[in-house]
Amino acid sequence: MDQSKIRNFCIVAHIDHGKSTLADRMIEKTGVLTSREMQNQVLDNMDIERERGITIKSQAVRMIYKAKDGQEYTFNMIDTPGHVDFGYEVSRSLAACDGAILVVDATQGVEAQTLANVYMALDHDLDVFPVINKIDLPSAQPQEVKDEIEDVIGIEAQDAPLISAKNGIGIEEVLEAVVKKIPAPNGDVSAPLKALIFDSIYDSYRGVIVFVRVRDGFIKKGMKVRFMATGSEAEVVEVGYFGPGRFIASDELSAGDVGYFTASIKNIQDTRVGDTVTDCANPCEEALPGYKKVMPMVYCGLYPADSAHYSDLRDALEKLQLNDASLFYEPETSQALGFGFRAGFLGLLHLEVIQERLEREYDLNLVTTAPSVVYKVHKTNGTVFDLTNPTNLPDPSEIEYMEEPIVNGEIMVTTDYVGAIMQLCQERRGKYLSTDYIEQTRAILKYELPLNEIIYDFFDALKSRSRGYASFDYELKGYERSELVKLDILINREEVDALSFIVHKDGAYERGRKMCEKLKDEIPRHMFEIPIQASVSGKVIARETVKAYRKDVLAKCYGGDISRKKKLLEKQKEGKKKMRQIGNVEVPQSAFLSVLKLDNTD
Amino acid sequence: MLKFRSQHSLVSSNLTIQTKEMIQRKNNDTCKEISLYVHVPFCVKKCLYCDFLSFNCEKKNIERYFEALITEIVGASKVYKDYSVKSVFFGGGTPSFVDSGLICMALSTIKESFCMKKNAEISIEVNPASAIFDKLTAYKKAGINRISIGAQSLNDEELKKLGRVHNKEMFLETYENARKAGFENINVDIMSALPDQSFDSYMSTLNRIVALKPQHISAYSLIIEEGTPFYNMDLHLPDEELDRKMYHATKAFLAEQGYHRYEISNYALNSPEKETFECWHNKVYWKRGNYLGLGLGAASMVENVRWNNTSDFDKYITIFEQVRNTDIFHDVINEPSAEGKLKQTEKDVLHENIEFLDKKSRMEEFMFLGLRLIEGISIKEFKDVFNCDIFEIYGPVINKYTDMGLLEYSIDEDYLRLTEKGLDVSNTVMADFLID
Repeated sequence: MDQSKIRNFCIVAHIDHGKSTLADRMIEKTGVLTSREMQNQVLDNMDIERERGITIKSQAVRMIYKAKDGQEYTFNMIDTPGHVDFGYEVSRSLAACDGAILVVDATQGVEAQTLANVYMALDHDLDVFPVINKIDLPSAQPQEVKDEIEDVIGIEAQDAPLISAKNGIGIEEVLEAVVKKIPAPNGDVSAPLKALIFDSIYDSYRGVIVFVRVRDGFIKKGMKVRFMATGSEAEVVEVGYFGPGRFIASDELSAGDVGYFTASIKNIQDTRVGDTVTDCANPCEEALPGYKKVMPMVYCGLYPADSAHYSDLRDALEKLQLNDASLFYEPETSQALGFGFRAGFLGLLHLEVIQERLEREYDLNLVTTAPSVVYKVHKTNGTVFDLTNPTNLPDPSEIEYMEEPIVNGEIMVTTDYVGAIMQLCQERRGKYLSTDYIEQTRAILKYELPLNEIIYDFFDALKSRSRGYASFDYELKGYERSELVKLDILINREEVDALSFIVHKDGAYERGRKMCEKLKDEIPRHMFEIPIQASVSGKVIARETVKAYRKDVLAKCYGGDISRKKKLLEKQKEGKKKMRQIGNVEVPQSAFLSVLKLDNTD
Repeated sequence: MLKFRSQHSLVSSNLTIQTKEMIQRKNNDTCKEISLYVHVPFCVKKCLYCDFLSFNCEKKNIERYFEALITEIVGASKVYKDYSVKSVFFGGGTPSFVDSGLICMALSTIKESFCMKKNAEISIEVNPASAIFDKLTAYKKAGINRISIGAQSLNDEELKKLGRVHNKEMFLETYENARKAGFENINVDIMSALPDQSFDSYMSTLNRIVALKPQHISAYSLIIEEGTPFYNMDLHLPDEELDRKMYHATKAFLAEQGYHRYEISNYALNSPEKETFECWHNKVYWKRGNYLGLGLGAASMVENVRWNNTSDFDKYITIFEQVRNTDIFHDVINEPSAEGKLKQTEKDVLHENIEFLDKKSRMEEFMFLGLRLIEGISIKEFKDVFNCDIFEIYGPVINKYTDMGLLEYSIDEDYLRLTEKGLDVSNTVMADFLID
């Protein structure tokens, strides 16, 4: 295909600024689908994504557009995940493009994510042009937003199309801008195959379907290809393009093309995002830059609420992993929760999405333990290991020192709330770096923050303290030495492994106290007094008591109405079933979840 | 007791009596036993804590109700002709609220139509405000031999808060009248943990009542039930500690005064001559004996089938107005089939919630009902009835609560029972005897 007639691009935007809606309208206008065929949002095909308004798995779609110059152009639009957790996946999707459309909400202006995404696009040498969306809203301020884009981001914005994706205004203008402003690919068709993997999905009939952007050369059926990072090889069974919501087979993909291939690959781990595909018979000399193996940042224990569903949970995780190479899990046993899994995620959102999918798509009832980041434990014997489960922390006498992950965080906030947000960051052990005023009423606060301070309820706290006006973005900076301790919770003098976690020593008392208070409310009264204690290195630092109940008796049982009595006992028994047994104490599932959101008790 | 009586007859050498007794005994031995509960759903007004089926209504409707009730009694007696009646209990509501003639008529109908056991226990619940001397005399004459008086408290302030229609003086008068009328087996109901009740106030009620030496005392603590006016009221109730203090003091004090506790809330006066003043009728419920509920909403269990009558007043009346003086009782009254199970005909709209108890349910009931009795359950009886060892079924539960000091058992002495501590939290233990 003539590369000059190809445009490979993506759309970047802050969440809710209308990226998916614009994508839908463009697909509609290019006539690939009739309006009737359109699903509401073609790109986001998973329920959860639609409900949350975010996109998790990147996907691509090809459109044919007949431009005003009379030529027919092939557009490959690559959708990018819209959240900081998926930063690496976003970067690989961007690497598959030559340009990007920046969507900015005419009522909201530039947000933290907008900036992060634009900078990322610019880092990948993409040509970015802005469009101003939601101009039909009464509170739209298109001119102010244009100025802001120029001031803050530094890209030309005065001729930005003014559109309403929702109501189909200005879409034609966007399509024309794609032709004019996004550069055509310039690969070498005669060079050895060099293709970038930007995503892959698992299909039970065809195996892994690999999504690629061909940089040089071509790929076609029967060709033997090699994945340069993993070293695995496979014979191509099928190649093709992305139709909206379906795959369209073709003869070959050549330099500049975006498409897919299958090669009877059973394991998605073999086709890592960012890897380079080349021809075994005629390999390229070096792989495309930027590949890295993604590592989980956040771990937590996943347990079935009913231990009988352990194997159901295992099957479900197995299936989810087929489509999500960044999901990690291994079996784990907890004294409190029984058999389950320790699972690793890219971030808290990723964790929540997986948890929700397990509960919704696989109908599982889960108990999740407190999320933990990965700590580096330097032992006195000179060895270092990654700690993903607080329970595995060795005796303090064996620990030389520990390190925790630190992120560079950027918080964009209206000036009214700068004080509140700075206080929050202070509380979360943030190290202040700088304040940049992007206009009179808005500032970007830069902080170094320990990751373990932001994975629990930082987003919630940020929202509540800024009344929703703050947006947050972060990237991993590295590891730093820190004074960390393991906080244990004892219920009726028994340590509950599922409630242990690592905390900075200065925050241990406060956190321990809050947890005890919360648990006191969650644990029902028993026939005996139940002490709830928080301890560090065997020393109790906080304590609450659940008083014993002394009476549980139906004094009057009258007229032989036994059914009523039985119903009462059944109800009582049913309530107990939903509890977790810890020693003699029955702890409701909700107790394990409630301690994750301690900031709310303030 | 029977043995003693037989000897007595021999000593008296009255052959006629002896023969008659022997015939009676023979009949009773071959007959299965049953107890009858007769519901009288009427009250002057409902107490604020009451969630039983009761209401006030016009005299005309009360009479219509008794007509229906008597029709039900006659009809039921035909179905349960192979049973002999061991006890009858008139409960409510307030049975003493209605004209005593109606009660006497119902009782005489029972006596005529059912096969009665000799010395059957026949109880009636009365309210101090309505049980005037004439009524009590009439009850005695009709053959009622046990009176249960709902005193609840002897503190007028407390009674007012409960919404009771009587006061302390009325209770004392009623008690005196019952004695005068010739009743030798009297129960008094009292309640603890009442709104604003102090420990001293409760103990003075208890003292005063014990001074009267009733044969039986039912002492229970107030439970606020959903759907009662109390449920939505802002009450100042004694806390759990005080509640338990009253409860434990009751047991200690009554033991001192010659009463023994035989069920969670029931105490009987120790009696050297007679077998016991324990309420036979009450124990039938816990020992899973047969009982038949007659009247509106009454609950029954016969041969391991449970059901209750309709609670719809108009429906209840209509059913029996239609079948009166006809021969279609069998269409209305359920009939035990060959297996002892109940056959419900299409026309039967009287009986509701019919439940055939399977082995699992019977075991559960055996445990959670039997454990209400202080003597507990018999390990051997469990084996005889269910043909399996109790520890096979309940081993882990029994051990768990034995370890916690809530249950105790002895194989040699053949009991499994709640400990003192276990009785306080009996629901917790009993719930665990329900099988998954």
